[in-house]
Amino acid sequence: MIDIIVDLIAASLRIGTPLLLAALGELITERSGVLNLGIEGIMYASAFSGIAAASYSGSLWIGLIVAVLTGLVAGLLLAFLTVTLGVNQHVAGLGLTLFLISVSNTVNRILFTADGGQVRVDPWRSIGFGGPIFDQYVFTYGTLLVGVPFVWWLVWRSGLGLRIRAVGENPEAADVAGIHVARTRYQAILIGTVFMSLAGAFITLAYVGQFTINIINGRGWVALALVIFGRWNVGRCIAGAALFSLVNAGQLQLRLVPALADVPFELLLALPYLAVIIGLAISGRNVPYPTSYLKPYRRL
Amino acid sequence: MKPRFVLRSSTPWWRGPLLIAFAAVATFAITAALIRWAGGNPIAAYRYMFINPLQSKFGITESVLAATPLVFTGAAVALAFRSGYWNIGAEGQLLAGTIGATWFGLHAEGLPKIVAVPGVLIAGAICGAVWALVPALLRSRLGIDEVVTTLLLNPVALLVITGLLNGPWRNSETGFPDSDVVAESVMMPIVWPGSRVHFGLIAGGLLALGCWWYVARMAGGLRLRAVGLAPGAARIAGLEVERTLLATALASGAIAGVGGASEISGVAHQLTIGISSGFGYTGVIVATLAALNFIGGVVVALLLGVINVGSFSASRALSIPSTMGEVVQSVLLITVVAALVINKFRIVWKAADK
Amino acid sequence: MNNGPTSSIWLKEIRKSYGATVALDGVTLGIRPGEVHALLGENGAGKTTLMKTLFGLTQPDSGQIEIDGNAAVISTPRDARAAGIGMVTQHFSLVKTMTVAENLALANTRLVRVDLDGARETARTANDRFGIDVPADSLISELPVALQQRVEILKALAAGCRYLILDEPTAVLGPRDVDALLDVMRRLRDEESMAVVLISHKMKEIERIADRVSVLRRGSVVASTDAKGMTSQELIKLMVGTENQKETGSRDRTTGSGEAASTGARESGLAGVGSKGVVLKVNGVSTAKEVGGLNDVSFEVRAGEILGVAGVSGNGQTDLVEVLSGTLRPSAGEITVSGEVIDAPRPAALMAAGMGILGEDRHASAVHQLPVVENLVLDQLRSFTKWGQLNRKAMAARCDEAITQFEIKATPDQTLGTLSGGNMQKVLLARLFGRSPKVAVVSQPTRGLDVASTWYVRSLISSARDEGTGVVLVSEDLDEVLELADRVAVMYRGRILAVVSAREATRERIGELMAGVTQ
Repeated sequence: MIDIIVDLIAASLRIGTPLLLAALGELITERSGVLNLGIEGIMYASAFSGIAAASYSGSLWIGLIVAVLTGLVAGLLLAFLTVTLGVNQHVAGLGLTLFLISVSNTVNRILFTADGGQVRVDPWRSIGFGGPIFDQYVFTYGTLLVGVPFVWWLVWRSGLGLRIRAVGENPEAADVAGIHVARTRYQAILIGTVFMSLAGAFITLAYVGQFTINIINGRGWVALALVIFGRWNVGRCIAGAALFSLVNAGQLQLRLVPALADVPFELLLALPYLAVIIGLAISGRNVPYPTSYLKPYRRL
Repeated sequence: MKPRFVLRSSTPWWRGPLLIAFAAVATFAITAALIRWAGGNPIAAYRYMFINPLQSKFGITESVLAATPLVFTGAAVALAFRSGYWNIGAEGQLLAGTIGATWFGLHAEGLPKIVAVPGVLIAGAICGAVWALVPALLRSRLGIDEVVTTLLLNPVALLVITGLLNGPWRNSETGFPDSDVVAESVMMPIVWPGSRVHFGLIAGGLLALGCWWYVARMAGGLRLRAVGLAPGAARIAGLEVERTLLATALASGAIAGVGGASEISGVAHQLTIGISSGFGYTGVIVATLAALNFIGGVVVALLLGVINVGSFSASRALSIPSTMGEVVQSVLLITVVAALVINKFRIVWKAADK
Repeated sequence: MNNGPTSSIWLKEIRKSYGATVALDGVTLGIRPGEVHALLGENGAGKTTLMKTLFGLTQPDSGQIEIDGNAAVISTPRDARAAGIGMVTQHFSLVKTMTVAENLALANTRLVRVDLDGARETARTANDRFGIDVPADSLISELPVALQQRVEILKALAAGCRYLILDEPTAVLGPRDVDALLDVMRRLRDEESMAVVLISHKMKEIERIADRVSVLRRGSVVASTDAKGMTSQELIKLMVGTENQKETGSRDRTTGSGEAASTGARESGLAGVGSKGVVLKVNGVSTAKEVGGLNDVSFEVRAGEILGVAGVSGNGQTDLVEVLSGTLRPSAGEITVSGEVIDAPRPAALMAAGMGILGEDRHASAVHQLPVVENLVLDQLRSFTKWGQLNRKAMAARCDEAITQFEIKATPDQTLGTLSGGNMQKVLLARLFGRSPKVAVVSQPTRGLDVASTWYVRSLISSARDEGTGVVLVSEDLDEVLELADRVAVMYRGRILAVVSAREATRERIGELMAGVTQ
């Protein structure tokens, strides 16, 4: 029994890492009043560009850097559309996702699968400190020990975080206080996309070691839900990610239970998504959206 | 120098079309790079993509066939967006519709066609509406953002299909994860002799027309528009905002569901894992490019149908990836929404402050 | 105009127009240190626009700003602050979800460092120097309005401003808070020798504090003089133009056809009105809000009378209108509309019972992107529907009728958002009275309207009364209330302090009640 629980926690940490990273990125972005629906596509494109670069250069680190650069370029595009032009954020973000996924698939075919191949790398290995729970990837340690405190500090303690929150709550007031609303939103979006692309890179460069079609499979949408569930707070986002990952790890374990052998595993796979929706239904009422959420800012 | 966007007080008539043309040119320029990289000649690729399908009857009818599901999802998305309900779950609702239609089709042996065909479409509509129900209730009763919940249900719908196809609906002859072929009676008739274009196209066109009629001419449509444009003002005028959103969301899901049923009963005749190649997501492109206009949506759906068919022939002829069609469509979406916004503003260059 | 050459800020020939409306028509004005300079004028006279120009919130079409004799370019609030200009706008520029200290630190954050300790220090010294006491670590959203205003002033002072613009600062304050604010202004003037610009249309404050007063009318400065020796009458005369124009004008327009009936009702006092039935009964209504909420409010309105609701803004009027319109759920109490008790009041249920509402923010009640004709029938769609289809012919007929009857300057297919404020208001009133409501609740019906529209709207309200509608008129414009109402209810801190009949309702009596004095 203890073994099962230990395995469950260890697996949850792995599953939860990309979700938490992506959710942290979305949290920073939304705090500035911008919704990044490109999250799924950014994770997808970074997962692909990261592994592609790693396979050509032979260096996982170069792969990681390329993944982050991919995210930044995508973020710049989203920021131009939503902040500079003021395009509807739902449409811009979804359009970006569709664009990034289709481009990644196309380039994947050009570079790798045209002659039946598949891109693979020797991924980062987990580093153990004894026991399955403390046998995790650098990403996981980094997310929990560096990423989480950094985002908390950024949002609640740094000058930039103060500006981001001000811009998200009351852009007019921020403007009057001499803060560049557009610049601050660009900064928030770009920092957010770095986190999202790290999440994507983790999946190909560490977790899986290869790129397959549909590899992100809605993880971006889950991260989106976690931010609402987490009410734009770091702590609650971690709780949400933990919950989702536990359900996910749990359904993996359930598949091994002989009594449930007849239950189609796809239904178990759907459990985590349903868990998120139920979580939202229970706690997503009257959540304090940033006041300027979805609203472009223009000086009159 | 820094650009600043200033709202135009009036827009000359030629600016909109001009900017859309610019968007198209920009789309070509952006995708040309990718086509070159793939080793194709962009001009040739575009000829295959946009002109070739229109040069043969086969090309035209296949394009119309490819456009059929997009007519449904485009209308479904436009209807929801018009009411301010951001339904991004047309994909899942369409998939739910295919499940309902397949179930009906597998049990409809011996029914007369006049009953079976409407039956299969209704089964699709019901399943689509059911798939839309939970996000719609969460939004209208508890105020929970529908974007996230509709999105999350899309992969779930695909998982349900995979589960059914690997389990109870596994093909009884081949053993592959495809369902058995549905009963002959639920198959919709071909409406363009010598092609695969089926009655679904007409059903979709009629639904789009019906949506247009409802929104433009009926009292409920005025309510829907008022709720979408200014929910606060609508509430003050005594309109039931939540009820309108709920009804619109369900109608949107039902329309997408009929789209799924039309695929099963019109062309696929069996449920497969790849039954939808992102029709629901493409529906957002259709609705947006048509500026949420229903009749325009049919035209855009036909255009995207041409691109879909064309990208396959380009892929075969030039051995470039067939996914290029999706790239063109998504780039077109981004450039056109940008152009539509720029159309409303003029850009003033001014010296950077400080 | 006799601004001396010692003026430190000169606004010269400032012009600004919004489309066809000229907001500022070549305004020249001087502001100098050590003075409280009152800017007086009616709504829409251009006071706020002028000061927003000085603070960099709007760009003038032409004109110049000189500071200490040098031409200055002020295109953003940042420029204004650098020039020592600070402004407290009517809508506070505060981030409500942040603390006082965070709001104070906002203007000079670096990428990494936030100087919260410095902000707390600022707050402490401000208490000693200016008598401004704010709790540095409270959330803005938890502070009463008076304290939020002090944070705004503090923000300007912390930025080192020498010229402080206050835009109608007392509109949201009770009498005691007004006194405290005037004290702060005096200290800033006398001890810091700052220039304070006070935008106001309250004569009493101007008499109490202003050293110099400039009067704006229709975008021009009609007088700029020493405040000493100016009487309220003289100032009002300057503000509204010739002495009695407004008064007689409104009489002519208001009463017009219904003159006899209207004055008749007033002469006979409550007796005549009392014979008709009660159409609205509000019994013990409270709302949960701590600031600006309602506390056990009860009153009755009879058919064919206007109940005026007066009060300093922020004393519960907004909540009252929201409760009556069904957009805010009361925490206690009962509403009865023409004998029908409405539980869980929602807009549709209230309207079905005969309630009609004109909200205080006309933009919130208008669907800007829809045409006039569709807005006009939005709340009575059932009468314009056949088999679920819109009866376009009937709609067009109704719209033409309304456009003629209410003198709306618009075509039926014009989108509502393109109409002027007055015409938009007329559309909403046409919609309201088109349903022949038993009760009409009209809130700030003439706010921001030009003189002609104001007259017209007031005449509509009184003729609705004459036709038997029970009207609740909520207005911050005391003159409007006194002119139209048969009885005046005065709100103070969420309660109805007293209901006074038109005959007893003198300015003085109502003014005392508005200040919370019941004796």
